[in-house]
Amino acid sequence: MTTDTTEADERTTAYWILRGMRQVLSAPALILITAHLGFAGLAREAGIGWLEASFMVFTIWALPANLILLGAVSAGLSLAAAAFAVGLSSLRLMPMVIALLPDLKGPRTRPLTLYLLSHFIAVTAWVVALDRLPDIPRDRRTTFFAGFAVTLTVINTLAVAIAFNLMGQLPALVTGALAFFTPVYFLTSLYGSARDMTGRLALFTGMLAVPLGNWLAPSFDILIAGIVGGVAAYAIGRARSARAA
Amino acid sequence: MSSGWTYDAFSAPWWPFAFILLAGWLPTDAWRWLGVASAGRIDEKSPTIALARAIATSLVAAVIARLVLFADGSLQQIPIPVRIAALALGFLAYLKLGRHTLVAILVAEIVLLGVPWALGII
Repeated sequence: MTTDTTEADERTTAYWILRGMRQVLSAPALILITAHLGFAGLAREAGIGWLEASFMVFTIWALPANLILLGAVSAGLSLAAAAFAVGLSSLRLMPMVIALLPDLKGPRTRPLTLYLLSHFIAVTAWVVALDRLPDIPRDRRTTFFAGFAVTLTVINTLAVAIAFNLMGQLPALVTGALAFFTPVYFLTSLYGSARDMTGRLALFTGMLAVPLGNWLAPSFDILIAGIVGGVAAYAIGRARSARAA
Repeated sequence: MSSGWTYDAFSAPWWPFAFILLAGWLPTDAWRWLGVASAGRIDEKSPTIALARAIATSLVAAVIARLVLFADGSLQQIPIPVRIAALALGFLAYLKLGRHTLVAILVAEIVLLGVPWALGII
């Protein structure tokens, strides 16, 4: 552990920003770019413009929320219903922020810095940050994280803008094949980052509940499946851990 | 449901962006700010947080299933059983071949495009 070394303080802010930016070349970050190529394909298939799609990536910066918003737009949901569905899916960011903050915060970090940086916390940035931050001197961690996470967001926004426009020149099936990257990326990365049985179970109950939700109310199938699947996974998880104890 | 303030409700050029900010950005960043505000005050392992996390995970899982079952556009050319098999075999490859997402994507794409090609559908 090189935490809190005095020698580290002599290196400049630019050094730590660049060191953070270099993490964009890590495997999770590169895979995220692939998944965003899939998002560009999905947005195109859903009939949304390239500027709107790129704007979604930068302002929302959570691929699941973006996919839900995209689904809500294609289903013709109202603003309130779309915001409700997105809000439910983004709820997962709150425990993630709570878990990351003790690692990110330095002794003199201002709250405003944390509020601004929190926008860039999403699954991939979270996984990389939890892995890398312990090796960064504590008073340089926000700088390092900003260098990494802001760069990651900008690169993915640009990737969607460029890929969206290039796809017009590719056969339609290529767009479909790219769009299929996204479900595979989410299934494997969420399975890999699930901390317990309930987390892994919630993936399968959520998928299995979709036909039920679609049969009950096609426009709200994601919401219904998410709530039914999540409650079922939580109940099974609790029952099993109670029996094990 | 299709009445009211939908994405296509107004022809003003700024409306889609306002819709994205209100339906996407605000309900997402609000949770991040709440996370910053309550860090150190809420126990990350409490049952409420665990249930919230399970519902959030299931929502993303529902998105995954919807992308595969009710695909838009050119993916509709590929039969549903092939799409399901592509996702399942990609996931199986992830589990059995060292947990690499890129391996899963590669296997899924081979099934997704290879089977319809061999059957002469595409």
